[in-house]
Amino acid sequence: MSRDEKIRSMLTEEEKGMIDEELSHYPTTRAGGIEALKIVQRRRGWISDDLLLAVAHHVGMAPAELDRSATFYNLIFRRPIGRHVVLVCDSVSCWLMGADRLRDRLRHRLGVGAGETTADGRFTVLPNVCLGACDRAPAVMIDETLHGPLTEDELDRLLDSQMP
Amino acid sequence: MNDDRPLTGQIRRHGPPPTLSEYEDCGGYAPVRTMLSHMTPEDVQQEVMNSNLRGRGGAGFPTGQKWSFVPMGADAPRPKYLVVNADEMEPGSFKDRLLLEGHPHRLIEGIIIAAYAIQAECAYVFVRWAYHPSVIALGRAIREARETGLLGHNLLGSGFSLTVHVHTSAGRYICGEETALLNALEGHPVIPRSKPPYPQVCGLWGKPTIVQNVETVCNLPHILAHGAKWFRNLGKGKDAGTKLYAVSGRVKQPGVWELPIGTSMREILEHHAGGMQEGYAFRAMQPGGGSTGFLTEDHLDLAMDFDSLSSVGSRLGTGTAIVLDDRTCPVGFVRNLEHFFAQESCGWCTPCRDGLPWVERLLADIDNGNGRPQDVEILERHVTLLGPGRTYCAHAPGAMEPLKSALRYFRSDFDRHIHDQRCPWKSQGTEA
Repeated sequence: MSRDEKIRSMLTEEEKGMIDEELSHYPTTRAGGIEALKIVQRRRGWISDDLLLAVAHHVGMAPAELDRSATFYNLIFRRPIGRHVVLVCDSVSCWLMGADRLRDRLRHRLGVGAGETTADGRFTVLPNVCLGACDRAPAVMIDETLHGPLTEDELDRLLDSQMP
Repeated sequence: MNDDRPLTGQIRRHGPPPTLSEYEDCGGYAPVRTMLSHMTPEDVQQEVMNSNLRGRGGAGFPTGQKWSFVPMGADAPRPKYLVVNADEMEPGSFKDRLLLEGHPHRLIEGIIIAAYAIQAECAYVFVRWAYHPSVIALGRAIREARETGLLGHNLLGSGFSLTVHVHTSAGRYICGEETALLNALEGHPVIPRSKPPYPQVCGLWGKPTIVQNVETVCNLPHILAHGAKWFRNLGKGKDAGTKLYAVSGRVKQPGVWELPIGTSMREILEHHAGGMQEGYAFRAMQPGGGSTGFLTEDHLDLAMDFDSLSSVGSRLGTGTAIVLDDRTCPVGFVRNLEHFFAQESCGWCTPCRDGLPWVERLLADIDNGNGRPQDVEILERHVTLLGPGRTYCAHAPGAMEPLKSALRYFRSDFDRHIHDQRCPWKSQGTEA
């Protein structure tokens, strides 16, 4: 199978169906590009070069244009990530309520800093702008669930409770 | 309906949002039914104009006036679009989340009203990625509304049709800027557009478009239900309606409350947020999110409305206040803010792209004990060079508002950092 054929066959029928449904919301296909990447990322964790090409082909965008969007948005992952993504709010309300202590605990506990993934592939830690949870500061989001306010020990227990 | 809290009176703080039938039992969608059978789009525009509703996203532009720029009539370009800005990402802001999660049907009813007023046939709700529960709640409510004939083709037999889509973003603060948001929706590089032309005339895909904040739209159902005069009387001062106010920081009860617009900061801080936590004293606050200028103790009795806060060099912004306490370093506070703005600059225009990182670096130097005497003057110069009129959009000018006011109110703290070559709030020997 040529590389071109391989790339064309990468997306599942389910993914293509979901992408097409999203594309139908817009008068141009490029408007659905980010949505398409998110559909694929949700299933596969991150967007490899081959997946980017596959999505670009399906959506009908130049790969470079789609990659410009993909690399602009901080929540489209173009590199491998862990099984769980820990977003630590680093904006002002969380900062003044002790977000640095959570960040330090993560570094100590997981041995990784911002932008890094644990050696066992379980967690990726990323700083994130204001999560819109300033009344629950300091807050973190693990995968798609918001948690806060958190002490360091509560964060520890939360990490323990995540499935492997 | 809870008359003094029309936006939030039906929200259950710890329960699911009202379903369509629960909402209808409380009078929900009655305004839309009346509107579709008895009002022309011009009637709706006039009522909203009379209500003196001003945009709740930060700029405070009168909503009725915004709508009046949209071409109407048979010759108007088609389709027209309504875009709801639910990309709440300004540091310190968490008010729209309450409305999105707590009462999506009210938002949908507001969307129908706004779309009808400008005769838009398609609406997008642009929601930030992090608001997963909001997206789920909205999706469910849209389905319910569609099944009842409140959305879709020929609403309730009125001849007016409206489709609503939810668009979830993937991060980046600049997407909340009105014209950058339009580029984001179209799948183009997310940078602000040059104005004019304004979106009302040439917006999404070059068609007439209104971009409106969530809270603004949620006000429309009760304006139609009770009338413009009733709405105007909800406010305490010159402005009309209620406002979602919020407080975060070292207060006893951080949170968000719906209060008459024009309530004083003191009342919000002391009565609703419960005052400062034990062991912390109030030093200053940003009244309306990370891009608004600091205000101090002297300003606490001011009304939290558009004109009162502008008159002292700040802004109502989103109405979500962040409190600076006496045990937090103001230089560190501003450094955190400018890190955010520098990181989130889209890079399109030079003052913002190059100026903000420079500002952040100077503040980091000062905070870390490496500040030079001339640094404050360089910061002052940036306040001018990145100010209004120098950039494509309000991102850099917004970033300069807290810096400008910090240099004014906390000047001695900046000087002390530079003179002592250390941050007085950090214990000896520790570094940020």
